[in-house]
Amino acid sequence: MCACNHQLTPDSEYARLEELLKEYKDQRGALIPVLQQAQEIFGYLPEPVLKRIAESFRLPLSRVYGVTTFYAQFHLKPRGRHVIRVCQGTACHVRGSARILDRVQRELGIESGGTTEDLRFTIEPVACLGACGLAPVMMIDDNTHGRLTVDMIPKILDMYE
Amino acid sequence: MELVRAHILVCGGTGCTSSGSKAVQEALHRELKKQGLDKEVKIVETGCHGFCEQGPLVIVYPEGTFYCQVQVEDIPELVEEHLLKGRILQRLLFTEPLTQERVPHYKEIDFYRKQRRLVLRNCGYIDPEKIDEYIARDGYVALAKVLGEMTPEDVIEEIKASGLRGRGGAGFPTGLKWGFAAQAPGEKKYVVCNADEGDPGAFMDRSILEGDPHCVLEGMLIGAYAIGSDEGYIYARAEYPLAIKRLKIALAQARELGLMGDNILGTDFCFDLHIKEGAGAFVCGEETALMASIEGQRGMPRSRPPFPANSGLWGKPTNINNVETWANVANIIRNGAKWYGQFGTEKSKGTKVFALTGKVKNTGLVEVPMGIPMREIIYEIGDGILGDKKFKAVQIGGPSGGCLSEGQLDLAVDYESLGSAGAIMGSGGLVVMDEETCMVDVAKFFLDFTRAESCGKCTPCREGIQRMREMLQDFSEGKGSLEDLDKLERLAQTIKDTALCGLGQTAPNPVLTTLRYFRDEYEAHIRDKRCPAGVCRALLTYYIVPELCRGCTACARVCPTGAITGKVKEPHVIDPEKCIKCGACMEACRFDSIILK
Ligand SMILES: Cc1cc2nc3c(=O)[nH]c(=O)nc-3n(C[C@H](O)[C@H](O)[C@H](O)COP(=O)(O)O)c2cc1C
Ligand code: SF4
Ligand code: FES
Repeated sequence: MCACNHQLTPDSEYARLEELLKEYKDQRGALIPVLQQAQEIFGYLPEPVLKRIAESFRLPLSRVYGVTTFYAQFHLKPRGRHVIRVCQGTACHVRGSARILDRVQRELGIESGGTTEDLRFTIEPVACLGACGLAPVMMIDDNTHGRLTVDMIPKILDMYE
Repeated sequence: MELVRAHILVCGGTGCTSSGSKAVQEALHRELKKQGLDKEVKIVETGCHGFCEQGPLVIVYPEGTFYCQVQVEDIPELVEEHLLKGRILQRLLFTEPLTQERVPHYKEIDFYRKQRRLVLRNCGYIDPEKIDEYIARDGYVALAKVLGEMTPEDVIEEIKASGLRGRGGAGFPTGLKWGFAAQAPGEKKYVVCNADEGDPGAFMDRSILEGDPHCVLEGMLIGAYAIGSDEGYIYARAEYPLAIKRLKIALAQARELGLMGDNILGTDFCFDLHIKEGAGAFVCGEETALMASIEGQRGMPRSRPPFPANSGLWGKPTNINNVETWANVANIIRNGAKWYGQFGTEKSKGTKVFALTGKVKNTGLVEVPMGIPMREIIYEIGDGILGDKKFKAVQIGGPSGGCLSEGQLDLAVDYESLGSAGAIMGSGGLVVMDEETCMVDVAKFFLDFTRAESCGKCTPCREGIQRMREMLQDFSEGKGSLEDLDKLERLAQTIKDTALCGLGQTAPNPVLTTLRYFRDEYEAHIRDKRCPAGVCRALLTYYIVPELCRGCTACARVCPTGAITGKVKEPHVIDPEKCIKCGACMEACRFDSIILK
């Protein structure tokens, strides 16, 4: 997520949401792309945003909420500045990714799916990052770290403030 | 195109990017400039070469010299030796592990020699962001042929004759499927490309989209012409940002050249495409769920019939195929069904791309003719098991597939043989496992995945997978009885027979195949309370080898439950009653004196 998001005032975030809604007005199948881009604006999907989207699409809020909770990509709570995805795919599993995840969780004191209190990190489970040749693999933001061993973890985490 | 004396291909696939190919590419740019070679030598960023294990890969043409594991520090020497002095830099060549010989040309490497790269023919050769390079390799020739010389019926007949079967998992004959959609009544029809590739441990479709996006677009154009569609969708996994970016570039370039849009190549044929990003749900790879997702709903499967060919996207006739299926189409049309028929077996024609991963020496993307024995893929292309350990199993087809054992190594890799062994071809994940992999744990792993991804619509899948998972948990802790194994088998079979969609129908496969081929391992857990592979934690104890322990107290300090006692400079001991098996002590120990027994 880009850092400038944090400097935007909520007003301008909502202004961007309105533009987005206008752009997709009357398009078929637009709900998911709108949710995706709204999440890019806000970093997550707070309740008022969902309400506004439902209203604009003339859908019951329950329908929008249903779609939001069905897909793993959508988040109803704020997330950390850095997202850690420890690969839990098959190739990584047989090369010991469970121990990598354990260590990351222990370093940060949170479970997979959780966010640190200082909003520095969120851990997200993910199945296969498509870099199986480098298993075990984890991705922090857009950077892929491969051929991991447990003792590399603290140093890698230190690279992200 | 400007004239240059050499091309340097730098792999920009996901594997090589993760091992630092971007920095290598920048260093090359700097070095060429410094040596004044930047006008005569051109750097091309390509898609995946498949040999991810050896990345970052750099190939220098015209010679086709294959350099592997190239680091930034190697660049000055590489440029000086190869490009200034015209000598091959020996130390960066691939070394064949058996003969210890250095191999200059990639075609001579065992990993490539056994392959037949038809679908991947452009991956790694062309710059996927330049349509000219695709066209220079006979790209869009098939489209011109179809629009100029063939009726839609001809196209369908040709695909039928080729014997092409769907690469998305089930292997349904593609020509037949196109025929259904072509015959379905209705003006408006859709074609869809399934690029949701959700199998954990598979990345074939991603590599095709990243390395040669135009071949997918060309296939879809031909399919659309054959069934009479003017609009299509590509549904791509959101975790694949590079593939999506390259698709968007390819689409814009095709539009600009009149290969996409209205009156394509000056004919009456009109067609355009939308790209849809998935939002993270494995079940959306199932065709009816995928279409629900495009429509903006929860991606839940529905029962068939009606089949998409009659009532698909927004109730219109729709033809949906997998990325690799589409990628085969242009080759077939250009070279003819007969040419295609020479590859593969009688019922499984052509080639299949596999993502070969796990405990095998050469991991990467491989394309082999159908019918090749599994042993050749693992031992000749993959060069055998990592660390020369003992082979135990190969998992094929992801969470819907099965685990095959030593006894099935000579099985031919085609739809029928795999099916009879209880596995499936699937989309192409091939994960090799060695003696250190526990099969009960593997079955548990796949159920964790399918349990989380079950959409919850039907009971057998939603509740049944949960129940199977609980039983496996018991086994992995040494609980349960041998009769429970039969119970598990019955439950698995029932789920297979009654679930609504492919997810639930195939989720029991990993359980059923491990029970079939590795029953002794289950029995060891239950009867002997022992995990032969040393994986299931509940059955292991942490133990400090007194001879190795120096009494540094590091372990005792990190143990969260205070299970470790001992005096400074004297061997410590772990109290198994207090130990929660977190492994913290093992990590903290600098003398490797803590082991699992
Ligand atoms: C749970 C589930 C997941 C699937 N995932 C994929 C997928 O990721 N990619 C794919 O092409 N087909 C997938 N399929 C198969 C599709 O439903 C469909 O059969 C396929 O896209 C048809 O294309 P083909 O005939 O070219 O194989 C999946 C099926 C099921 C039941
Ligand atoms: S089998 Fe599973 S994924 Fe498929 S419809 Fe039933 S609950 Fe949903
Ligand atoms: S299984 Fe981890 S990257 Fe594929």
